[in-house]
Amino acid sequence: MLGYTITQWIFGILSFLAIMLALMVVFSRNPVNSVLYLVMTFFCIAGHYLLMNAQFLAIVHIVVYAGAIMVLFLFVIMLMNLNEDTEPQRTWLTKIIAGVAGGMLLFVLVGSLKGAEQMQLSSYGASQIGLVKNLGKVLFSEFLFPFEIASILLLAALVGAIMIGKKEIK
Amino acid sequence: MLSVILVKLLTCVIVFAISLGVAAYATLWERKFSALLQDRVGPDRAGPKGLLQPLADGGKMFFKEEIIPNVSNKFLFILGPSLFMVTALMTGSVIPWGKDFSTASGNVYSFQITDINIGVLYLFGVVSIGVYGIMIGGWASNNKYALLGAIRASSQMISYEIAMGISVIALIITAGGTLSLREIVAQQDAGVANVCYQPLGFLIFFVCALAETNRAPFDLPECEAELVGGYHTEYSSMKLGLFLFAEYINMFISSAVMSAFYFGGYNFPFAQELYNAMGLHEGSIWISIIGFGAFFTKIVIFICVFMWIRWTLPRFRYDQLMNLGWKILLPLSLLNLAITVGVEFLRGNLHF
Repeated sequence: MLGYTITQWIFGILSFLAIMLALMVVFSRNPVNSVLYLVMTFFCIAGHYLLMNAQFLAIVHIVVYAGAIMVLFLFVIMLMNLNEDTEPQRTWLTKIIAGVAGGMLLFVLVGSLKGAEQMQLSSYGASQIGLVKNLGKVLFSEFLFPFEIASILLLAALVGAIMIGKKEIK
Repeated sequence: MLSVILVKLLTCVIVFAISLGVAAYATLWERKFSALLQDRVGPDRAGPKGLLQPLADGGKMFFKEEIIPNVSNKFLFILGPSLFMVTALMTGSVIPWGKDFSTASGNVYSFQITDINIGVLYLFGVVSIGVYGIMIGGWASNNKYALLGAIRASSQMISYEIAMGISVIALIITAGGTLSLREIVAQQDAGVANVCYQPLGFLIFFVCALAETNRAPFDLPECEAELVGGYHTEYSSMKLGLFLFAEYINMFISSAVMSAFYFGGYNFPFAQELYNAMGLHEGSIWISIIGFGAFFTKIVIFICVFMWIRWTLPRFRYDQLMNLGWKILLPLSLLNLAITVGVEFLRGNLHF
């Protein structure tokens, strides 16, 4: 079809959807709709993972982000009962500052992509690395140290969140 | 190629029909069962012994007036129950309903829609998406009771998912480290059902399954004494029907998952002896059908236990429910995991 393979078609459609939905997250006036668009964006990204044969990553992405974190987002937004009317009008100055800050973030992100095409995929067989068994083997052998560091970081964040959220001890 | 697609389609339709049929008759059986426990007769007007009652209920649901609250978000209001129903039906696709069978021409067909190698995670993913149906529906109703019910339901489901997940990790370790449901069931083929190795894990999983399906004694989201109707307060006609119906499908699927994880699925004691005595060979369709019968019996027993619990136990208070989830079940499941890992390591099944 038009010289593209099916995979390329799926990639194109998924990318288009992901970008459109991500834009809708920002442009939607109703916070609840924003959250729902973000959930759909996560599904598109999970589709990308599937295209790369990373089934484990795809499903964990859905379970953790769409299934847990976004539900908590939705909780907060629903309880605060935010809607279009309660959104504060911002002045021009804040809008310009936000635009500059966002643009700089974009600059940094795009800059970090420079040279990405020269990076080598690890030698584990690019098409099989996403399967649970292979991923587990690599994570718990070669990348054990960064993995454990990340888990300690998460644990610290967890304890910190509980400490902040705890009631005062009388 | 075409025949493969046709067979898959047929399997999908059969699983879909079985899920809906079992759910419909579970509503009748629920009422009959409660009548049995309370020494009443139960519904017996529609058809012989009341067997047409689910049809009458369904018809009533369809013909009732449909009310959409004026101030609610119409799209989300309709999306809520639909999403809940869709996710409930999606879970049936990874369950191995029976053994594979082969035809004379050598084609192998399976009683399972799809065997993905992350089946267990897929189940968790779909269940966690199901929460959105309740939340969106409750919020879009624009009703404080519905919102409270939705928040109760989803926080309950998220909390119990954790203990459930950890008890499943322990199960996967004993089942030889596979995430495919077919392999988990096949691994119990010759040996002992997993419940013998994981009694505590099964207990935790069972309690969590009760909470995940919002069944009594964890049915606080629709606790009528406090919250009118919970998250479906504003729903009427078939949209309410979808919410109620999806609960029964969830119950059916979680019974199926429990039988597959812990009770050997389509395996049963002395199965091989029975097949030998009947002169059946490996790959015969009758083996698949007998296995499916055994699986179905287990599911029905589980559904009865679900109902028995509902009509026996009173409801929890909400803080008791949260305490049970976080302070009892979560530590217990972690303990179970630690013990499992220790035992498996001593048996030499784990390598570093």
